Amino acid sequence: MTATATKLFKTYGALIGIAVVAIVLLVWAPNSLTAFRLTNLGKYCAWALAAVGIGLAWGRGGMLVMGQGVFFGLGGYAMAMHMKLEAAGPGNVPDFMVLYGDATMPGWWEPFRSGPFTLFAIVALPAAVSFILGYAILKRRVKGAYFAILTQALAVAFSTLLVATIKQTGGFNGLNTFTTVFGQNMYDPDVKKTLYMVAAGLLIVAMLVAWQLYRSRYGELLVATRDAEERIRFLGYDPANIKLVAFVVAAIMASIGGALFAPLAGIISPSNVDATASIMLLAGVALGGRAGLFGAALGAIAVGYGQSTLSEEFPTQWTYFQGALFIVVMLFLPGGIASLWRKLTAAMPNRWSRVIKPSRTSAASTQSEVVA
Amino acid sequence: MTVSFLGEDYLEVRGLTVDFDGFKAIDGVNVTFCQGRLHFLIGPNGAGKTTLVDALTGLVQGTGQAEFRQQNLLAMKSHKIVRLGIGRTFQTATVFEQLSVLQNLDIAAGLHRKALGLLLSRRKVPESVEQALETIGLTDLAHRPAGILAHGQKQWLEVGMLLVQDAKVMFLDETVAGMSAEERQETGELLQRIVGDRTIVVIEHDMEFMRTYADFVTVMHGGKVLAEGTVAEIQSDPQVQTVYLGTVTEVALDA
Repeated sequence: MTATATKLFKTYGALIGIAVVAIVLLVWAPNSLTAFRLTNLGKYCAWALAAVGIGLAWGRGGMLVMGQGVFFGLGGYAMAMHMKLEAAGPGNVPDFMVLYGDATMPGWWEPFRSGPFTLFAIVALPAAVSFILGYAILKRRVKGAYFAILTQALAVAFSTLLVATIKQTGGFNGLNTFTTVFGQNMYDPDVKKTLYMVAAGLLIVAMLVAWQLYRSRYGELLVATRDAEERIRFLGYDPANIKLVAFVVAAIMASIGGALFAPLAGIISPSNVDATASIMLLAGVALGGRAGLFGAALGAIAVGYGQSTLSEEFPTQWTYFQGALFIVVMLFLPGGIASLWRKLTAAMPNRWSRVIKPSRTSAASTQSEVVA
Repeated sequence: MTVSFLGEDYLEVRGLTVDFDGFKAIDGVNVTFCQGRLHFLIGPNGAGKTTLVDALTGLVQGTGQAEFRQQNLLAMKSHKIVRLGIGRTFQTATVFEQLSVLQNLDIAAGLHRKALGLLLSRRKVPESVEQALETIGLTDLAHRPAGILAHGQKQWLEVGMLLVQDAKVMFLDETVAGMSAEERQETGELLQRIVGDRTIVVIEHDMEFMRTYADFVTVMHGGKVLAEGTVAEIQSDPQVQTVYLGTVTEVALDA
């Protein structure tokens, strides 16, 4: 019966963990942190949203997604476009278009005046883009380093495109100087707090979604695909479809993260979505532990915290410290900090003794007796 | 399935050729795999046994004809072929080592599920999985990770996965290689138990195993079919003797 108890803990223990994270983020933090710190924490939650998706695609699906900034950017820019149009007022064009262009607005901006359309686009846009990209990449059986390089190239292309289109997207400066978000004054402390609560709440929702996916049959299938893609084919599945689902879900999570980042940070620019930003998202996941539910989210929050808070105190040293930390973790804890616990328990005695596989040499010798 | 294929479940191969840049690994092979028997595929190394199975399961491209249930296998992708009811194992057992025995079997049962059902977690053990566990004798190890299984047990798990897939044609690639005499016997008996209305094709090097369990034997050599028939017919075939005498196998065939 202890076996069932362990099994229960294995499945539902994670829920307790999510509840603890929820209490810290939704109850403790709003009551204890200053408004400034709380908004910062909201930004880390936005990154963590993308990180949960990366945990799914990379940790469970084995796809090293190095261009999640693209999807983070799709959500972020969609939201920022809506806020720019809100700030401009009905019928007017965003200020930067007057500044850099001839004050004409491209037609594709127009639908983003509508709040509901913007919310729809934040989910539908990355879903459509990631589906088309994923279908093209995964059906051609692109994987491993090639997949990583391809996705990173997408992030480079995306940010280059943004920088080049200053009249349409604000270029290198990105989109900033918002005033309201869905009609609410962005500088009102209550609105800021609400924004934070939405970010933290959606992070919890994303973790619950990931939790259900991980424990579902699909989750088992995804891990199986990661570990032996060719074998999966001979169980009657197309591995490309299985990976595609994870890729699309990860893209949607990144987009929602981006959409929350823009109002919380007050800006979205190419530097938030380029290859470097994409790698920063990945670094949090790698540090925390990519295969676990908490490693990805908490790792991203920790890296975000380190980046903005510790760097205030040690502006010059922080980057080096972060790089060093990354190297140490990758060298000694490839499973991330989350694997530390497992490593420690594994070092304890009383483990199942591993059955040693008979090697192929014994098989070969049997054959040579019989056939040659 | 509404249509009954009983008695028609034969896999027919006509003029199958696999060309690797000018080298014909399979050269115009004709063979029919019939329902309800243990069909052994033997031949020296490099005879093209595994390549033949690879071509029939979509792993390598072949030309010619290969039909099962009026479908041309040579034009189909691997996972579609599996869904048609043709399963296979590989020379080295490739079970999912981090998943439990039960999970391995459950995943194999998945091709009969609807896509949305995959988003739910497993609540109880499906009947087909339970039966397969029983048949392959791994019920006691159901919750252990497949990685800790012994070599022979992994091969049985693979056979179990084919059972829950409900494969009507099973290609088993050197399943008993590296097994002890006892395990070989258990495997042979397992195959006899499950063959029923299935077609089981066994690629084998072990002549003793072949003699004991084969209902029908196809001998391949140099990418071609050299001889076909019962064990007795094969053993008395002078061509087969020459091929095997050319290597070392006189002892094995006459012992």
